[in-house]
Amino acid sequence: MKDRVKRAPAQARERARPSPKEAVAEPQASEAGTRLSVRAARPADIEAVTAIDAAATGLPKPAHWLELYQRQGASVAARVIFLVATPAEQSDRVLGFIVGEIRAWEFGSAPCGWVYALSVDPGARLRGVAETLLAAIAAEFRKAGMTKMRTMVARDDRLPMMFFRSEGMMAGPYIQLEKDLE
Amino acid sequence: MKLQVASQLAIYSVLELIAEPNRQLTVADIAEKYAVSTNHLAKVMNVLGRAGIVRSVRGVGGGFQFCGNARRTTLLDIIELFEPRASLALQASDLGGRTAEAGALGIVLQEIDDTIRTTLGCITLATLRDLAVRERSKSRAA
Repeated sequence: MKDRVKRAPAQARERARPSPKEAVAEPQASEAGTRLSVRAARPADIEAVTAIDAAATGLPKPAHWLELYQRQGASVAARVIFLVATPAEQSDRVLGFIVGEIRAWEFGSAPCGWVYALSVDPGARLRGVAETLLAAIAAEFRKAGMTKMRTMVARDDRLPMMFFRSEGMMAGPYIQLEKDLE
Repeated sequence: MKLQVASQLAIYSVLELIAEPNRQLTVADIAEKYAVSTNHLAKVMNVLGRAGIVRSVRGVGGGFQFCGNARRTTLLDIIELFEPRASLALQASDLGGRTAEAGALGIVLQEIDDTIRTTLGCITLATLRDLAVRERSKSRAA
């Protein structure tokens, strides 16, 4: 399985904070027994991140992931957190990644952590990679003082929806609305 | 929308069975906890058995055992065994025929139906069990 989450909307006014540059979680056995490490993304990871995302979406977008990486800590509007999971003994092999952002007061919402994207190498699924990444970014959000984490999933994207539900995420107080512009 | 009693009983029964996967529970065990008739519950368990979600184990200490995949079986999978699709959401009557007004009301009702089905279709038995555990902890802490 897992997982691709569409982008969280709109702007924010969270003050910039330094982004994590080194390991953010000690190596630990995932639920499936694989020892995983989670660390901040590096420029060299962008190629693997692009490939993992493209395997899930069919659409390579290296510039997008590079831009997100470069936005870490650079924006006064939002703090981007970009983490990758690797095998504990092979820190240059990216098994999956997660990107989140701390946003404040969009749609009147108090500051909270948005999970923007989460994807796992198809060959590394069912090893607890997504669970480990989600737990790591939740810890980063908590460290930044956040008490709420949000994401958006397409209604018909059943497996990611089941995954986030299994992690205890519930429907929030907002409903996304849209309209065709003709 | 209101869940039929059979759907609720089926969900509660399966939750009881997955709470202790190695233990069999009798219809009487479950019926007593939820204060329902054993006859009614037996019919529900038969439907779950025919769907391959539970199996009955005969003999001393026998009863029902969960035999599905709790991480893959959703609430919608269970509910649809007992309720036809049409009963899940609000239904407009045929009043209005093919008028634009009836079509507009149908769009709104379809949106509600989609939301209900999406929610029920993405919550697995394991997720509901975990939610029940959290609810129990919260009520103990309160």
